[in-house]
Amino acid sequence: VVTWFFLAAAVVAVIFALVAVVARSAMTNVLALVVMFFAMAAVFALLGMDFLAAVQVIVYSGAILVLFLFVIMLLNIRRVDRLGSGRAAQALVGTLVAAGVGAMVLVLAGLLVPENGGVLRGATAAGTAMPIGRALLSTHLFAFEFITLLLVAAIVGAVYLGKRDLR
Amino acid sequence: VWAEVAVIGIKLAFGLAVLLTTVPIMVWVERRGSALIQDRLGPNRVGPFGLLQPVVDVVKLIAKEHILPARADRWLFLLAPLFAVAIALSTFIAVPIGADSGLELFGHPIDGWIVAPDLNIGLLYIFAIASLGVYPLVLAGWSSANKYALYGGIRASAQAISYELAMTLAAVGVLMAAGSLHLQQVVVAQGGTWLAYLPHWNVVTQPIGALVFVVAVFAETNRVPFDLAEAEAELVAGYHTEYSSLSFAAFYMSEYIHMTVASALITLLYFGGWNLPWVDVPLTGWPGAILSLSVFAFKVAFFLWFFVWVRWTVPRFRFDQLMALGWKVMMPLAVVNFLWVGAALALGYL
Repeated sequence: VVTWFFLAAAVVAVIFALVAVVARSAMTNVLALVVMFFAMAAVFALLGMDFLAAVQVIVYSGAILVLFLFVIMLLNIRRVDRLGSGRAAQALVGTLVAAGVGAMVLVLAGLLVPENGGVLRGATAAGTAMPIGRALLSTHLFAFEFITLLLVAAIVGAVYLGKRDLR
Repeated sequence: VWAEVAVIGIKLAFGLAVLLTTVPIMVWVERRGSALIQDRLGPNRVGPFGLLQPVVDVVKLIAKEHILPARADRWLFLLAPLFAVAIALSTFIAVPIGADSGLELFGHPIDGWIVAPDLNIGLLYIFAIASLGVYPLVLAGWSSANKYALYGGIRASAQAISYELAMTLAAVGVLMAAGSLHLQQVVVAQGGTWLAYLPHWNVVTQPIGALVFVVAVFAETNRVPFDLAEAEAELVAGYHTEYSSLSFAAFYMSEYIHMTVASALITLLYFGGWNLPWVDVPLTGWPGAILSLSVFAFKVAFFLWFFVWVRWTVPRFRFDQLMALGWKVMMPLAVVNFLWVGAALALGYL
C-alpha cells in the first residue's frame, strides 16, 4: 500500500512540475509549483524523512512561493503570450538535452531501486530532525556556517540594490 | 489493523466534531462578547440568550445567491474558500488535546488524544500546514478581479511572511526547553514547578517568547489588530469582498478554526497544555483522560475569549506600523528569547 502511495505522490509531482513549466498563466505556474512541492514532501515523508518533508513545505510552499505570488500580484502579470525566442533549432537542442537528462535519471533510478520495491523499507532515518541537526553542527559545521555567511552577504547585497536610487 | 483504522477514524471524527462545533459557538461568543464590551445587547431574539443565532445565520448564508464576478478567474475563485477550510481543518490532526492516559479501544492503544499517529515532527507539521494558510487569502484576492480584493491578498502575503519568522523563532525556544518536537513531550516537560514556587510553564520561564508567539499568532490568524487583509475601513472587505453565500461562510469558518488551533497551540507551547498549576495528578485511566481533556478545553476556551476580547479592545494597525512591528520589534525579541533559553539551558536554570 505504501508503495502505491509513493508512486501516486511521485506521479503527481511529475505532472505538476510539467504544468509549472508549460502553463501560460503565471499564477497557474506558481500554484502548480506549490502542488509539486507538496507531492515532493509526501515522497520525502514516505521515504522516512519527515523532517525534510516538513521543511520542504515550510520553506518552499510557505515562504518562497508566497513571495512569488506577492511579486506576481504586485506586477499584475496575467498571461505570458509568447514563449521563448521562437528559434526552432534551440528548442530542438533543449528538448534533446532534457530528454537525455531525464533518461539518465530514469536509468539511475532503475539501478538504485531494488526489485522487491524496497525503496520504502530500505529508507534510513537519516532525514529526521536529530541526525540532520547532529550532522549540521558536527561534520558539516564549516559548510553550515559558510552558508549563513553567504546568506548574510546576499541580504546585504539585496538591501544595497534596493536602496541604491534612494540615496 | 482494523482496530487501528477504527481508532484513528473515531479520533478523526471526534476532532472534527469538536472543531466544527467550536465555530458556531465562537460566532455567538464573538457577537455577544462584542456587545458586552460595547455595552450593547447583541443578538438575543433567537433562542435563549440568542444561542440559536448562529443556526439562523447559516440558514441565511445558504439561502443567499452565490455570485461569480464576471471577470473573475473562475477556478481559483471557487477553489480558494475550499482550500481555506481544508487547510484550517488539517492543522488539527497533529494537535494533542489530552494526556496519553494508557487507554485502549478495541484492544488498540488510543495513544494520547492526537488524531495522527504520533509524528516525529509534530510541531513542524503544524507550522508547515499553517504556513499554507495564506494561500486561500491570496488566491481569493487575486482571482476576484477586484482591486480592493487584490490589495487584501497582497497585504496578506506580506504580513504572513513577516510574522511567520518571529512565530517560528519564538517556538524554537520551547522546543529547546523540551528537547523534542513531539507536542506530547513539550507538554510533559512543562509539568512540576520552577524555582520552587512557579509552575514550570514556558510562559513563566520564557515570557518574551510567549509574548512574541501570541502576537505573531494573532497576525497569522488575521485577527484584529492585524486584520489588514480585511480592513473594512479601507478595503471594503479585503480579500473576500466579492464572496457571497457559502463561499463567504467558508472563509468565515476557516477564521474561527484557525483561532481554535492557534489557542490550542498557545496552550500547548506556553501554558502547560493539560497540566494543572501546582497540582501533580497522575493522568491515567478514564478519569485522567477526562481531567486532562477538560483542563485543556478550559485553557483553549480562555484563549478563544482572549481573541474576542482583544478584537473589541484594540484598534487596527496601519500597514507600515504592522511591518515595522514585525521586523524591528518581534524578530529581535524572538532572538533575545532564543539567546535567553540557550543561556539558561547551558547554565542549568531551566
